[in-house]
Amino acid sequence: MPILEVRNMSHDFGGLRAVQNYSLDLEPGQIRGLIGPNGAGKTTIFNLLTGIYVPTEGEVMLNGTRINGLPAHRIASMGISRTFQNLLLWRHMTVLEHVKMARYSKIRYGLAGAFFGTPKRKREEAEIAERSYGLLEMMGIRHLADQVVLNLPYGAQRRVEMARALATEPRILLLDEPTAGMNPEELVQIMEIVRKVHKDFGLAILLIEHRLKVVMELCHKIQTVNFGELIAEGTPEEIQNDPKVIDAYLGKENVG
Amino acid sequence: MPPPAPISRTFRARCSRVPLLGWLSGALAAVVLERFVGTPLALAVGLPKIPALFGIDIMLKKPLLIPNAVLYTVLIYLLPIAAVALSTAFLTNRLAGGLMKLPVAVPVAVHLGLLYAALHFWADVSDYRSLVLKLTMIAIMLTLSLNVINGYMGEFSCSHPGFMALGAYCASVVTVGLFVDGNYFGIALLPGETGPFLFPIDLVAGGLLAAFGALFVAIPSFRTRGDYLAIISLAFLFIVKSLIENFEFVRGPRGMSGQPDLAGLPTVFSWAVLCVWSINNFVRSTVGKAMNAVRDNEMAAEAMTVDTRRTKIVAFLFAAFWAGVAGGLFAHVLRYVNPGTFGIQNLAEVLAMVYFGGLNSVYGSIVGAVSISLLGEALRPLEIFKWIIIPLLLILVMIYRPTGLIAFKDLEVATLLRPKQGPDGER
Ligand SMILES: Nc1ncnc2c1ncn2[C@@H]1O[C@H](COP(=O)(O)OP(=O)(O)OP(=O)(O)O)[C@@H](O)[C@H]1O
Ligand SMILES: [Mg+2]
Repeated sequence: MPILEVRNMSHDFGGLRAVQNYSLDLEPGQIRGLIGPNGAGKTTIFNLLTGIYVPTEGEVMLNGTRINGLPAHRIASMGISRTFQNLLLWRHMTVLEHVKMARYSKIRYGLAGAFFGTPKRKREEAEIAERSYGLLEMMGIRHLADQVVLNLPYGAQRRVEMARALATEPRILLLDEPTAGMNPEELVQIMEIVRKVHKDFGLAILLIEHRLKVVMELCHKIQTVNFGELIAEGTPEEIQNDPKVIDAYLGKENVG
Repeated sequence: MPPPAPISRTFRARCSRVPLLGWLSGALAAVVLERFVGTPLALAVGLPKIPALFGIDIMLKKPLLIPNAVLYTVLIYLLPIAAVALSTAFLTNRLAGGLMKLPVAVPVAVHLGLLYAALHFWADVSDYRSLVLKLTMIAIMLTLSLNVINGYMGEFSCSHPGFMALGAYCASVVTVGLFVDGNYFGIALLPGETGPFLFPIDLVAGGLLAAFGALFVAIPSFRTRGDYLAIISLAFLFIVKSLIENFEFVRGPRGMSGQPDLAGLPTVFSWAVLCVWSINNFVRSTVGKAMNAVRDNEMAAEAMTVDTRRTKIVAFLFAAFWAGVAGGLFAHVLRYVNPGTFGIQNLAEVLAMVYFGGLNSVYGSIVGAVSISLLGEALRPLEIFKWIIIPLLLILVMIYRPTGLIAFKDLEVATLLRPKQGPDGER
């Protein structure tokens, strides 16, 4: 059974139909690519899946439960996590605080703990911190834990986003152009990290990516969208040879 | 530029090795000294009596006495504090080190005890000092609670005097009705001795009423922020004010008087400590830090499982609760309230304290509340100029430190209290 199932999802911004009849069957543990030219609606699809926008039509099922219409934080705590194309970090918070924050929905000490600093809170906060350090270690940014994110180089900020997304304990991870603006060396590192989190956490991953080399190497299956509509779906080889894809996408962009 | 004289450098280095315990002991020594030799010393340096507020109150009224007031302050405060703090540094460091090995409540209690003792002796000199001290502690509560909304959560709320008014009136109605003859029940229902036991419950009730009122600002904050929320919260303030003015039950614009004398220095001090403690707990927890996430990027907060609505509600209600409690204390310190107190001027004062002291910082709120309160008292003889000088100061701070004097700094109790030098001389 697919872990995430999308049926005929559409979304309008005023008069503009940004997504049209989008469908998806994401199997557990699968890495799925989502490609398409600029403005095709890829980020909008992510925003719809994570509850930031509510689809105008269609439905989104997580493990057989309908989730469209639920508030974004509920969907996130049910196991869909994401990174943002244009880095949405909290500018005054440290790296460690970012990762700890993503445990919000798992916190059990409640308001009593928050106001009165109960022993339970101490224990839980220590546990959360320890886990968070683990994730930072994995991303190779443990030494930056106490830095305010604003001061970090771009590559490190991307890693903070990734660590933060993983801290919610997702089963599905949506990555929106994780390699944007990176040099080839950083790109290889990020690909390694994606492979590693996929393996270690057994995640299903949906990956938006402009560099086809990355998508072709990482993904089991690829979807192509153009003007909000799915135009092709298949294995990397099938996609590479699909005339519609070549027309909409490959023809205009540099391959690789 | 010539290098600083070595003497001042060693002095500063030595000061940096004094733990908080040492400074508090010094302060205690100084105020005890003032109790015994303050009056003769004041006369000796040519002052009519002990200057009430470190001489700043004298400076404006009688500028000719400025050198005398400064001399007095140096002799009675600075010298004794420095002498005691520096000479006992070795001892206080050892002591602080020993205390820190115990459960954190013990060193905290010791420090608070010392602080209270110092404040008590200081305030004992005159009723005026005592009043200023109580109002300053109330100002700390108000500033810190407003900082929760305006600093930690980054909304611009103007309704704080409204929350304060709700707390003040709720607490007053209860105490006046229960303990004073000739009011709501004709006679006093309860003997005055029960007052101190009921007063905490009464204050909490006032706080809860204020928290309830805060719902009317918190709920609109789900959908709007920035200017619009500022206007909504300002509207709330005016609604509360005109409700009180038109409500004969609470004596309308004449105000309520005759509150029993329940807010002594220990009471106000305890509540202020409780307020600072709980707010400091809250803002350092991950649940409280969610306010920062909401402020810095709400969409990212939602995507990282943060319930932003709950966060907003909690922040508004919690802050309003403390504003309400502060209002209740305020009413019982002055033993009179009228709706005029809770207007734009009060709002401007609290806002100035928050933004002057520093956003997102407990230290900042304490510094802001204390300095603006003292400054306000000092400038009192100048009346209107007070409202020129304080805003000017605020503008200067905004230019040079846009987020305030001490912004974005966590208050860690363990760091604050720890010894500054180990037994072997290492820091
Ligand atoms: N909040 C919004 N309001 C109105 N229109 C929007 C909004 N967000 C996106 N759009 C429009 O929807 C379309 C799809 O945008 P989207 O950001 O999903 O594209 P994308 O595939 O992620 O592009 P890119 O590769 O540049 O990131 C665009 O035409 C965009 O202008
Ligand atoms: Mg995009």
